[in-house]
Amino acid sequence: MTRYILRRLVLMVPVAFLVTIIAFSLLRLAPGDPVLVFAGEERDPQSLNQIRRSLGLDQPMPWQYVAWLGRAISGDFGRSIRTRQPVREAIVERLPATLELTGAALLFSVSLATVVGILSAVKRNSALDLLATGFTIAGVSLPNFFLGLLLILFFSLVLRFLPPGGYAAFISDPTENMRRLILPVLTLSAATLAVNMRQIRSSLLDVFGQDYIRTARAKGLSENNVIIRHALKNGLIPVVTLVGLQVGALIEGAVITEQIFSWPGVGKLVVDSINGRDYPVVQAVVLISALSFMLSTLTVDVLYAWLDPRISYATGGARG
Amino acid sequence: MTVSASGLAQRTSAVDALNPAQRREKFIVALRRHPRLFVGGTLVFALIFVALFAPWLSPYNPTIGDVSDGLEAPSLTHWLGTDDQGRDVLARVMSGARISLSVALISVSIGVSVGVSMGMLAGYAGGMVDLLLMRVIDALLAFPALLLAISITAALGPDIRNAMIAIGVVSIPVYARLTRGQVLSLRERDYVIAARAIGVSPTRIALMHILPNIANALIVQATLTTAFAILQEAVLSFLGLGAQPPTPSWGQDISYNQRYLTNLMWWMSVGPGVAIFLAVFAFNFLGDALRDWLDPQFRRRA
Repeated sequence: MTRYILRRLVLMVPVAFLVTIIAFSLLRLAPGDPVLVFAGEERDPQSLNQIRRSLGLDQPMPWQYVAWLGRAISGDFGRSIRTRQPVREAIVERLPATLELTGAALLFSVSLATVVGILSAVKRNSALDLLATGFTIAGVSLPNFFLGLLLILFFSLVLRFLPPGGYAAFISDPTENMRRLILPVLTLSAATLAVNMRQIRSSLLDVFGQDYIRTARAKGLSENNVIIRHALKNGLIPVVTLVGLQVGALIEGAVITEQIFSWPGVGKLVVDSINGRDYPVVQAVVLISALSFMLSTLTVDVLYAWLDPRISYATGGARG
Repeated sequence: MTVSASGLAQRTSAVDALNPAQRREKFIVALRRHPRLFVGGTLVFALIFVALFAPWLSPYNPTIGDVSDGLEAPSLTHWLGTDDQGRDVLARVMSGARISLSVALISVSIGVSVGVSMGMLAGYAGGMVDLLLMRVIDALLAFPALLLAISITAALGPDIRNAMIAIGVVSIPVYARLTRGQVLSLRERDYVIAARAIGVSPTRIALMHILPNIANALIVQATLTTAFAILQEAVLSFLGLGAQPPTPSWGQDISYNQRYLTNLMWWMSVGPGVAIFLAVFAFNFLGDALRDWLDPQFRRRA
């Protein structure tokens, strides 16, 4: 097991290295002189040259990359062009709101999907199963920004039931915080909820077809006993994978959801930064989310191997 | 000559040997056996039809309206109402299909051509080339797709051409992995070894012997990626990174018109929103059905 984890970590290094190169080049892809972007309104040659030097842009490209990487590793992503605030500070400030939103969405989507997934696998082709299947197809195809707007239209504007957006800190006003959390969580979790339900249902159906379940039934165990003690143990292992794979989907979803509901998190920061051509912020967020996505994939693979001893991990993980 | 004949024999399925009438009958049987194929196909054809003939399907100009007709609710004259510049929403939604589908077409072409070439190269060359290419693919996959597309578009500058490039780049990894996997298993087959033994060039083997065998899987993937591309285009233009006004584009129209939701003027946002949903749904549905039909092993593989 330790060897497996070490092996995966070593394999991750070159990929992480490439990820940093891609993130670095994103800023350099921008057409035109990056100095002009940083300079804003100041255009006289002397101050431009000064900015060029201070940013290290007079150095050769590989050297610039090494310098940037060195600073990035120590958590220094430079300053925001718009606000002059250190990028790291801007991200750390908004992280709690994003974590609250994504955490709540993950919890909601996984727990509801587990319950509905189990029910629709057990009562296959029942009304609930068909409803869930229909919802799955719709959930995957409905863009979440449109779903968010529909929810706002219906619950906030027609029924005047919930606020259409904004954020209240949990510490100062817990009730308001929860009220404002509902619609964004529904929006963010819809797509993953659909995928999760389908996965859990099909994984359980697979398990139901296996010999040891038939044996358990044949030896006279009650149906509840068969499902809870035998089927769920193996059938729910994929939930672990689902949670891990969702980190990517949640980061993407948060970008849109936060924008629609004026949720002051990292996702909204990215969109605001793109509109303001604030490349250092975009670059930092993109890099950080890619690295956390990689780490979560690794964690999932390790957990999976640990939970299910049938999976051989001598040959490497599922990715490859 | 014998080589290409054997290659041809490999590719010739039972269907090709039938005469047109038999082929048509087989097609009808397939449709009856796979009703989802029929539903998905019809939806997709309807979508393509609307995109192609949008200017002739509506009496209204999608980009020029009469402001005095502005913000009208749906009625018999304007089925989906009008926006604040008096433009017919339905006309804009239908024209929006053009942008959506052309972005999808071009970005999927980018994804397929680059991805398949990379996969072929990696699978066929093996060794260092394979290792290097696959790490690049891993690195691309490490980025959440939408975030990568957003930052590429933002870096290149917000316009429709760059959105196509960004969405295309994001979909490269799927094709590269799919192709590489297939190449790895196919290149040890007797007919490929035989072709190689008599000196057929690698390019020719890739195009004539391997590509036809992965065509089905690629078609399925391309259909599903089209749905993904339509969704991504909608998101990018919702964020202002896609088509620029006054070009009709679903995502951008929703983004602009959401300001009227507070006055309960819902039709300007709901029209394009439903269009996105239907378009994505159509390609997802068709892709799923095609997978069941063309690629029956897929479910077991996945």
